[in-house]
Amino acid sequence: MKRYLYFVFGISVLLYFVFTNIDDEQDHIILQATTSTDNSGFFSYILPLFEQDTSIRVDVVAVGTGQAIKNAKNGDGDLLLVHEKELEEQFVADGYGSKRFDLMFNDFILVGPVDDPANVRDADNIYKAFEKIHQKRAKFLSRGDNSGTHIKELKIWNEAEIYNLSIEQEWYFESGSGMGATLNMAVQNSAYTLCDRSTWISFKNKSNHTILLADTKNLINNYGIVLLNEDKYPKLNHSGARKLSEWLLSKKGQSAIEGFKVNNQQMFFTQ
Amino acid sequence: MQSFTEAFNLASTLLLEGNKELLEIVFLSLKISTLSTVIGCMIGFPLGAIIVVYRFPGRRFTILMINTLMGLPPVVVGLGVYLLLSNAGPMGNFKLLYTQIAMIIAQTILITPIVAALSRQVVESLYEEYEELFNSLLITKASAIFALLWDARYSLLTIGLAGFGRAISEVGAVMIVGGNIAHVTRVMTTAIASETAKGDLALALALGMILISITFLVNGCAMWLRASKYFSNE
Repeated sequence: MKRYLYFVFGISVLLYFVFTNIDDEQDHIILQATTSTDNSGFFSYILPLFEQDTSIRVDVVAVGTGQAIKNAKNGDGDLLLVHEKELEEQFVADGYGSKRFDLMFNDFILVGPVDDPANVRDADNIYKAFEKIHQKRAKFLSRGDNSGTHIKELKIWNEAEIYNLSIEQEWYFESGSGMGATLNMAVQNSAYTLCDRSTWISFKNKSNHTILLADTKNLINNYGIVLLNEDKYPKLNHSGARKLSEWLLSKKGQSAIEGFKVNNQQMFFTQ
Repeated sequence: MQSFTEAFNLASTLLLEGNKELLEIVFLSLKISTLSTVIGCMIGFPLGAIIVVYRFPGRRFTILMINTLMGLPPVVVGLGVYLLLSNAGPMGNFKLLYTQIAMIIAQTILITPIVAALSRQVVESLYEEYEELFNSLLITKASAIFALLWDARYSLLTIGLAGFGRAISEVGAVMIVGGNIAHVTRVMTTAIASETAKGDLALALALGMILISITFLVNGCAMWLRASKYFSNE
């Protein structure tokens, strides 16, 4: 019995030392960001530059836009970087956020199998392309996860006046997953899907899929940065969050964003 | 399959060149899962034995509960711990979400029922042998528990390993409560998930191979330890 108690005591002391060491007290912020920015390698490029200037560590939690906003509402992030302008503005209007800034943009693209069964290559714009997919009953894979890309896709169907997609079970599918997982599924099933350009460029399992339609006029993809309301969330690291957003919006930060390239292609643009 | 050979080559290159990021992830995986296994065992072993030795109202129900919780889906545990630790939740003040401690809490919740249920089975069969001896020697229930656990130590080691295997291989819980933050809470399984999302299947598979090799090594060591102890005892 004594031996066991000694053992438990020894382990507890060990655990105590490990735990007290486990999370350092370095100034850091939690950034709730979209998977599309993280998957492209954007943060591992830009954050070291920021950390050099300020010595604030940035912990990126990459989830879909809907989830990121929900997490931020719970007070589980110091700063928000997402891509669904209306939701972001709603977030500020509802008193969760204090201010929203335009950070950068690129565009969404329609990707699909090279043989292009619905012939969307020849479509004049994205709405026509979606109509063609609908007419042909060609397989389309939706994110279905309330992310920025998913919301954009739903808006396009709406604009193209195609409704009741949930009953279109033989050609319209929902993955319920992130962009990367959805692309993996689309590639396997020869399905069309809407994707943000940065995820597509850095995606490594393209197989027989390719960009079939780019429609920069209708498919702009705006990334915004949102500061949280200091009165509502007094315990968050607001000074760190402000420093990061100021740095990203500064001349230096903006030109760093412009300089981010994958496979020699610029991923994000600034105004 | 071309991607398997590619993955195998990649795995060996990463290991041979001692890739710093990889080692960091591997080390963190081991650290988190070892700690949660140790805590899970410290709770689970005595719990399993207490259920065997003591008769109390609701004992059968407790057994049923523990057996049910063995099959807890990691995502559900992750979600529960998230709601608990979130700043909007009851333990938000501790600021534990997206930390390694949160991951340890989640994994401990996940494996404690496994350890408790399995050690109950082991201790129960042992108790059937010992019960009369204990009664005739008028041994208190508390010391009976320690005696039983001590005598079952080699089987308990295997149970601990089962818990460890569960902890190191699960992804659902640590993904939610840890957030897969690079250099902070990124472990092998979450790294595999995010590399798959980037379409880098070869790298993901390579990480998977390394994960399996580690589990293989850990189990091999335990097997060797067990065998050598048995021989020295006899």
